[in-house]
Amino acid sequence: MSHKLLTGQPVSRIEGQQKVTGAARYAGDYHVPELLYGYVVNSTITKGKILEIDTEQIKAIKGVIEVFTHKNRPSLAWFDLQYADMDAPPGSPFRPLQNADIKYNGQPIALVVAETFEIARYAASIMAVRYEEQHFFTDLESNKGKARDPKKGLATFLKPLPAKPKGDFGKAFHNAAAQVSAEFIHAAEHHNPIELFATTTVYEEDGKLTIYDKTQGTINCQLYVGNVFGLHYKNVRVISPYVGGAFGSGLRPQYQLFMSVMAALQLKRSVRVTLDRQQMFTFGHRPPTIQQTRFAADSQGKVTALGHEAVAETSQHEDYTEVVVNWSNMLYPAPHTSFDYKLVPLDVFSPLDMRAPGGVTGMHAIESSMDQLAYQLKIDPLALRLINYTDFDVTADRPYSSKELRECYVQGAEKFGWSKRTPEPRSMRRGHKLVGYGMATGIWEAMQVLARVEAVMTAEGKLEVSSAITDIGTGTLTVMTQIAADELGLALEDVTFCYGESQMPFAPVQGGSFTVSTVGAAVKAAGKALRKKLLKKAGNMPGSPLKSVSEKEVVFERGGIILKSNQNVIVYFKDIVAAEKKKVIKTTNTGVPNVFKLKNYTRAAHSAAFVEVEVDEELGTIQVTRAITAVAAGNIINPKTARSQILGGMVWGISKALFEETISDHRFGKYMNQNLAEYHIPVHADIHELDVIFVEEKDDIVNELGSKGIGEIGLVAMPPAIANAIYHATGKRFNQLPIHFDQLL
Amino acid sequence: MNNFNYTRAGNIQEAMSLVSQNSDAGFLAGGTNMVDLLKYNLVHPELLVDINHIPEHRGILETEDGGVQLGAFATNAETAYHPLIETRYPLLSRAILAGASAQIRNMATNGGNLLQRTRCYYFYDPNTPCNKRKPGSGCSAIGGYNRIMAILGASEDCIAVFPSDMCVALSALDAVVRIDGVDGTRSLPFAEFHRLPGNNPERDNNLQPGEIITSIDLPEKGFEKNYSYLKLRDRSSYAFALVSVATGLDLEGDVIKEARIALGGVAHKPWRIKDAEDFLAGKSPSAENFAAAAKIILNGAVGYGHNNFKIDLAKRAVVRNCLMALNPESQQPGAHPSI
Amino acid sequence: MQTVSTGLKPDVHLTNSRIISLHVNGVPRIADVAPWVSLLDALRDHLDLTGTKKGCDHGQCGACTVLCDGKRILSCLTLAVMKEGAEITTIEGIAQDDVLHPLQKAFIENDAFQCGYCTPGQICSAIGMLSEGKANSRAEVKELMSGNLCRCGANTNIIDAIMEVKNARL
Repeated sequence: MSHKLLTGQPVSRIEGQQKVTGAARYAGDYHVPELLYGYVVNSTITKGKILEIDTEQIKAIKGVIEVFTHKNRPSLAWFDLQYADMDAPPGSPFRPLQNADIKYNGQPIALVVAETFEIARYAASIMAVRYEEQHFFTDLESNKGKARDPKKGLATFLKPLPAKPKGDFGKAFHNAAAQVSAEFIHAAEHHNPIELFATTTVYEEDGKLTIYDKTQGTINCQLYVGNVFGLHYKNVRVISPYVGGAFGSGLRPQYQLFMSVMAALQLKRSVRVTLDRQQMFTFGHRPPTIQQTRFAADSQGKVTALGHEAVAETSQHEDYTEVVVNWSNMLYPAPHTSFDYKLVPLDVFSPLDMRAPGGVTGMHAIESSMDQLAYQLKIDPLALRLINYTDFDVTADRPYSSKELRECYVQGAEKFGWSKRTPEPRSMRRGHKLVGYGMATGIWEAMQVLARVEAVMTAEGKLEVSSAITDIGTGTLTVMTQIAADELGLALEDVTFCYGESQMPFAPVQGGSFTVSTVGAAVKAAGKALRKKLLKKAGNMPGSPLKSVSEKEVVFERGGIILKSNQNVIVYFKDIVAAEKKKVIKTTNTGVPNVFKLKNYTRAAHSAAFVEVEVDEELGTIQVTRAITAVAAGNIINPKTARSQILGGMVWGISKALFEETISDHRFGKYMNQNLAEYHIPVHADIHELDVIFVEEKDDIVNELGSKGIGEIGLVAMPPAIANAIYHATGKRFNQLPIHFDQLL
Repeated sequence: MNNFNYTRAGNIQEAMSLVSQNSDAGFLAGGTNMVDLLKYNLVHPELLVDINHIPEHRGILETEDGGVQLGAFATNAETAYHPLIETRYPLLSRAILAGASAQIRNMATNGGNLLQRTRCYYFYDPNTPCNKRKPGSGCSAIGGYNRIMAILGASEDCIAVFPSDMCVALSALDAVVRIDGVDGTRSLPFAEFHRLPGNNPERDNNLQPGEIITSIDLPEKGFEKNYSYLKLRDRSSYAFALVSVATGLDLEGDVIKEARIALGGVAHKPWRIKDAEDFLAGKSPSAENFAAAAKIILNGAVGYGHNNFKIDLAKRAVVRNCLMALNPESQQPGAHPSI
Repeated sequence: MQTVSTGLKPDVHLTNSRIISLHVNGVPRIADVAPWVSLLDALRDHLDLTGTKKGCDHGQCGACTVLCDGKRILSCLTLAVMKEGAEITTIEGIAQDDVLHPLQKAFIENDAFQCGYCTPGQICSAIGMLSEGKANSRAEVKELMSGNLCRCGANTNIIDAIMEVKNARL
């Protein structure tokens, strides 16, 4: 029996049983003896200074242990750099309780610590604060005139600024046979994972900290805590095995971590701080963005000129940027281009990457503009994409490492029934309802960064692989177990993937769709090294049949090393470990991107989304009745969990197109719908038939696994596909998201 | 959430006596709105009297005059799924099931449904002016974000809307609210139970301190042949109405004998205009006649900016819902538009 | 210059907590709770039953759904003292003797969760829904499960899992 590859199999999630029985413990679920509870107090003004906080009255409440404010907080790190986490944009990171200054509405200004959650909450609710209020600006639209170029910094490496103008855009646009010009407006959005942000800091007897935190980066939080509080990293252990959704919100350490650690250190007690749902609206968010496109094509449909400008919100203290305008020329090789991306600093908290940051924003504008071009030229929208298809990335002057987008178009259109579409708007009906078909393209760059992995062969002949990476619901645990099992030809149950702890080998934050490529490459590197080590040690065993045998001559399966020439010869892993007279055999290795190979190619995942909407013409109500996303993302390690990732992205796309927005009242400089009753994400009744196709895509360049990442690609094409379908159904173009049904009246 | 005392009342007299002795006391029934308000620090009772263990007023019973009495302490789910309601007052059943979620309907009581507070953003945010929350402080919704706010019957002091779905049907059905107080019992026609905001929007209804709703009585006529509830909202379920319509039609051949039309999501109380219903009496059930009735209902409607769309939407919703009432079997779960 | 205060009474007396008995997952449990402790917080903080999740604490997400005397309710909008003597079933009590409930199996098989945080509420809600017996079609199941939000977007898989169990029962 030879080893059947586990990668490529639809393995059910390994932690499934824990999740369906309630046994899975999230950051706020750890039962700790003598635990104290912290509740955060937030600023009710948008800009100004705290004049006075009445803490005496609060401290008098029985059960209140301490109140922390900027006045009595411990002495902390001095320099910005010490507060800058792995995902910090250029600027000066926000420091909780730094001083009396209020920079945004909802800024945390105090922490009440009490014996029970209820006492802490009550005490926080009656705290009286006097402020001096200053004039503020929170509205992007009315402050557009203040737009300026973003500052450059380390983040610019992963988020390149727009390319310089190419050709003669003005002339080419003016002289083209077809031109579209449109403005796109996007609202602010908040990640709103269903799990509230929580940190349980356990103050150990020796003064060390064990921190259960909701995060997408255990080491990121460990370093932050170490730097800010002046602790040795060895004494700070951050543990996050279960993360109840994050979508980018956990890329940076959030203020509940700071508060919980500060209180634990000062009180020498274990402290839990859980934010409430309103407080989930007091940190990072997807920034409101205003975009202008100017696209032009010749009469045959060849795109000749691409103009795309974006103005986005940032905070006064950091220049958060996104890649919004760089995508169109990667897809459509026009010779004349003009791109611009600017920021307006406002009195808000810094925006933060939220699922498919920038991409979902820009692609909505790009793919809606392409749809408009198609109508002007009287060319089928899908045909227009094919006319402009390219395997070469003109923006970087290099080919794609692989690009099966054409297959996405073909297979998606076939399964969807795109050919049944009649091109005229308002030409399709079902009963009294208007029916619209829309499609759009998606793209997301395939990235790989560095990670380390330790692989251990145990005395029982089982494999343990470990990495500090988290699993935020993406399926990382399952996928890494599959990859590791294949490395040594083991069954799934003989492999344990240990993860979600800062003390484990280095992993970056989990985001950007780069976890599988990054950590997976490290798992493969460690697997390879362990094979080599095991074979060498097996060869050194007394009377070994594997003496001086090379790796080419053996296979790793059935829990041992087998000679290809004589399959009856097997040396079991457990015997190799036993012969070493050690407990285990282990190795730690780094997964390194092959930059010399990579620099000659652009690497990206692609998708095509096809959407059917039904619109009740009289009442405006919209239902996305059907959607198919065809994805080319290289090698799919686990089709079951990968499909879920794409489905999730599609639901996010529906949400962004039709439901989701954080509403501001700029008179107060604050968000008004800070709850899940008025911040609408789709309910089950909103989600109808969704389907996913993974087209075959071989890629030997992108990384050793040939995988491109799938966390974002399911989302990017959906909002424009929906907007285009609504246009097809109604003949009305809506460029502001979300599209509310009453706009269709 | 402040600290309060809690006690269980064994009977209604005990409950009323406990609450009337303490001006900072309140009743606690299903808790779905009260506990929410406590957590948002919008109410600060000293004492909550739990009325969930009172044995009376829990049933759905036929009355001597041919109607049905809804016990105030019966849950919304028990009411919506009760055979008497499903067969005789399906409009009410539909409206209840269009509201909240199954879990909340399992908890919320009928009496509590009448007493739920508005969902106005500013009412819920103690750091913005709101006359309903803090009389005299001003109305932030006027000039603010007012997509969900009222277009009818509002005042310069308040443009909040009453969020119930159940009450829209109860209004259309001419229900009567039975009330107990320490001074005895009284009843109010449904139309007189809830108030328009006027100059004292802090008062949602005409219940007096210490009084308690014991039942909601439905008259015999249930419009079980031609009825419909339509709810238009920002997502398909588990969202408050932007506009909702309850329609009951009594048809004789091709002529409307009697029509009832009530609107939700547009005012500080369920909105009914007798003139519109009278207009339809004796006419044919046509889209034109329904549109004319809708125009009468929406007469005087005023938008505040973000909610201007509600005026046109409400008119269209009235027409559609009346047409749906001609064909009740077309209705879908969730009170979505059909036909 | 502006002064902002909460306007609340600064009274600091604390209501005495009381001992209540709850039957949780078939076991009598005692909790020492103040009246203002929600059933959700009592389960999580006092009884260490953290399978029931807090997603919004305001009845807007369904993550805290438990079964109370067989009916699905929101534990966040319930005060623990209101349920003295009631039979509460949480996600920890759904599997019997380590044998998973068919819905739990179907959730794993259909990949009906990603992060898993809304899952206990989804499963308790689905059990309540199936015993209510009011959902006949997929559309009705979706409507009657709409009180449980899933931010990961596992919606179609969740409904697939429920339909599988529902159809197997017919």
